[in-house]
Amino acid sequence: MPKSLLIISRQAPWSGPSAREALDIVLAGGAFDLPIGLLFLDDGVFQLAAKQDAKALQQKDLSANLQALPMFGVEELFVCGDSSTARGLEGFALAEAQVLSAPEITVLIDRYDQVITL
Amino acid sequence: MHAVLLIESAMKFAIALFSAAHAPSSRRALLFAQAALAGGHEIVRLFFYQDGVYNASASVVTPQDELDVPRQWRAFVTDHQLDGVVCIAAALRRGVLNEEEAKRYQRDAVSAGAPWELSGLGQLHDAVQDADRLICFGGA
Repeated sequence: MPKSLLIISRQAPWSGPSAREALDIVLAGGAFDLPIGLLFLDDGVFQLAAKQDAKALQQKDLSANLQALPMFGVEELFVCGDSSTARGLEGFALAEAQVLSAPEITVLIDRYDQVITL
Repeated sequence: MHAVLLIESAMKFAIALFSAAHAPSSRRALLFAQAALAGGHEIVRLFFYQDGVYNASASVVTPQDELDVPRQWRAFVTDHQLDGVVCIAAALRRGVLNEEEAKRYQRDAVSAGAPWELSGLGQLHDAVQDADRLICFGGA
């Protein structure tokens, strides 16, 4: 049985390549059919904000890649409720993401064999 | 008796490094890796990702009175014949190239030669599967 891996993505989408590079680990894991989860925490929740305009920053949009996650076999998608509330986010551009409380996140992290925080 | 205990508790570590060579976490990663081998443990792979790819760059020049982390990594990986993998996409983005990639993209500078291998993220997942523990340094 393969080991499970949780990626905790903590960076805003336009603060550098970190959010994209965290997502790339997840997509690669999905391509190898590995049990992989993705948690958006702290500024990472900004990746799920609606109506982002990447073009205005001469960047590429991450949202399309995020939407593709379930197609890549990545269905364990989570978002920290406290982080999004603190940042005034309501509703997420990723309908599949499950909103978790702080105690639920503790349980979630425990459930995975390995964790990478980026 | 002590040796027996060491062998019984020996672990297989995968080490992932995400911070630039000058970051304190990169020095900690190096010290951890050295301590792991000294303690009788195994390192199944080092994987440099994000700014961690700079640790594989031979172009880094460290002031003489400071620890030359990229040089120490090179010596460590060479001496112990470890599997040192640098994420190719992260490395290209940051100008850390080996000869093959420099040729491919027609660049003059080659900075990540032996003992480093430029490869994909599959190598990270592979190491995660192989190791008892994944130890990360320099992440967010």
